[in-house]
Amino acid sequence: MLVIVRETTSDEHERRTRQMTIAIRADGITRKFGPLTAVSDVSFTIEKGEIFGFLGPNGSGKSTMIRILCGLLQPSSGRAELDGLDVVAQTEEIKRRIGYMSQRFSLYEDLTVEENIDFYGAIYGLNPTALAQRRRAVVDLVGLDDRLEQLAATLSGGYKQRLALACCLLHEPKIIFLDEPTAGIDPVARREIWDLLFRLAAEGTTLFVTTHYMDEAERCSQVAYIYLSKLIAIGRPQDLKRLPEITPVGCAWVEVTSDDATQLLPLLRRHADVVDATIFGEAIHALVRQPTDAAALIDYARQQGAHEVQCRAVPPSLEDVFVALTRLRRSAAEGR
Amino acid sequence: MFSGLWAILKKEIIHIKRDPATRFIFAIPLVELLLFGYAIDTDVKHVPTVVFDLNRQRESRQLIKEFENTQYFRLVGEVGSDQELQSAIVGGRAKVGIKIPPDYSTNLVNGRQSQVQVIIDGSDSTIASRVLNASQQLGFVKSLERDGISPNQFSIDIRPRLLFNPNLLSANFYVPGLIGIILQLVTVFLTAFAIVRERERGTLEQLLVSPVSKGGLIAGKLLPYTAIGFGQTVLVLLLMVFLFGVPIHGSVTLLLFLSLVFLVPALGMGIVISTFARNQSEAMQMSLMTLLPAFLLSGFVFPRESMPLAIYLISFLIPATYYLEILRGIILRGAGIAALWDEALVLAGFGVFFMILSVVRFKKHL
Repeated sequence: MLVIVRETTSDEHERRTRQMTIAIRADGITRKFGPLTAVSDVSFTIEKGEIFGFLGPNGSGKSTMIRILCGLLQPSSGRAELDGLDVVAQTEEIKRRIGYMSQRFSLYEDLTVEENIDFYGAIYGLNPTALAQRRRAVVDLVGLDDRLEQLAATLSGGYKQRLALACCLLHEPKIIFLDEPTAGIDPVARREIWDLLFRLAAEGTTLFVTTHYMDEAERCSQVAYIYLSKLIAIGRPQDLKRLPEITPVGCAWVEVTSDDATQLLPLLRRHADVVDATIFGEAIHALVRQPTDAAALIDYARQQGAHEVQCRAVPPSLEDVFVALTRLRRSAAEGR
Repeated sequence: MFSGLWAILKKEIIHIKRDPATRFIFAIPLVELLLFGYAIDTDVKHVPTVVFDLNRQRESRQLIKEFENTQYFRLVGEVGSDQELQSAIVGGRAKVGIKIPPDYSTNLVNGRQSQVQVIIDGSDSTIASRVLNASQQLGFVKSLERDGISPNQFSIDIRPRLLFNPNLLSANFYVPGLIGIILQLVTVFLTAFAIVRERERGTLEQLLVSPVSKGGLIAGKLLPYTAIGFGQTVLVLLLMVFLFGVPIHGSVTLLLFLSLVFLVPALGMGIVISTFARNQSEAMQMSLMTLLPAFLLSGFVFPRESMPLAIYLISFLIPATYYLEILRGIILRGAGIAALWDEALVLAGFGVFFMILSVVRFKKHL
């Protein structure tokens, strides 16, 4: 049950020009660790300059997929190309074209910011002149110019991520893999990192990002959702929200607010026409079967003793999409 | 093949400079040499002895004096009964009990054989056999004297001459060996941690997606630690010569060169360990595993010649075995390369083997 949302126009000519602009192509990638299948038959195509959001619960195979694409792990079967190069046969050529920011901060804490940058520049074979020039460029870009002498260990989480990004940008990679680049850093730093990512994408760099944050996923040009090692959805966020599986015929998504959402949630779930309801920030997102509409739901909630109830029709959020797809997947698996 | 070597090398030197543990890098082998160099002393002297003298005559007192004069026995007390003698040995107060029978002097005077019992604690075989020899020799020499024969009247005169270590000082034998063991210990640890640390910190993954070559990575890690290992070698050798007074009879240059040849397999072993170990405590355990065979089977403590065949064959697989031969050869016997080239060659072979093994092990991605 793979849900793929294709672009609306796809005539033959356009498809051929797209071949030239493909950054990453994965074709039936499977990776097994002994009896465990970490990634199962995953395929996708990512165009140059895209921000590709790769989502899924912990342990669903996101990091494994990144490692395969970076050449750190070999796929058990299937093939993948980066910038037209095979990830297994041409690993060494690929290494110069990609940047990789792993989930954990993986720079040297006992080296200063500048020493870290110089080290990574040197192992990517930049000569001193090129290194000096690139160092200035990335330091300006990520805003580390006044911290060059500081030991990496003493940087805050956000600045560590900036340094990591700076190090992986030194050799001007065409494709950058970021494994949860914003995990555990504060919201301001998170926004700043994403501003940087947009700038990079605008300059034509392809970004492959894993994240747990739905607001980040919303900003991606394409998102894929992996669940139990299988890709279950892929497409532009706005297209995924229009999937018929998410909003079955005769149903609609509504957002309900009240003075106490946690108290309201079980009430809504008890309503016969509420198919699904989850907390979404301060509000509740509910999938409601007709003829119950917003007004009817408000009446119901008030009768049940809730206060300040408001209700309006909304499009499903990406979270709603993934939760719904995960449920469908799970019930399909159980039904089998 | 060695791309990225220079970058890794520079980075390692910064790590070493900033690592607080570096302060102890040279102190550890020094302290170990001091500690073990003084502790390991197999020269048997002044073994605590109790006497059960039932005779109490001039002759018996004379005998006791002569026991003491051999330097092997040190009188720690007299006992009045067999039980007391027994309990002195069981309790560890004495390792030897000398029992002189009441008729000792009368028998001597009347020209009859006189029996003296020497009871020895056999738990430490080295001490026991030395004491056994000393007491038998004393009886032998005394008997001949009584019969009026002096040693220079023997019809066969065997004159042993001890080469290299005329005073049979055990330090001269053990300290050079100890140097080999200490160097093996510190160097294996140095490199075993070097790569595991990167794995633990997640930096190894970052290196593996970069174009840095395996050879460059391994060599860049190895070179600074080789320099440190070499510095440690020089340091412990200086200590050996000037503190323990063990002279180097052979060529110092050759000794230093062959030490370098030994450092490569020792450090290489560390690198191989670090390709197996997932974290520092595993690396620690595996390093310790290499230490015990080096300690026990290299001929450091026990002569290899007297090992059972299977163990003797295993001792050939331990690099320290060859380095110990080299150390003792050059330091004690003044041996030159003509006598040691085969050991040197085997060590070089081990070096190449561990290097290749570490690169091959490393190829397996993560």
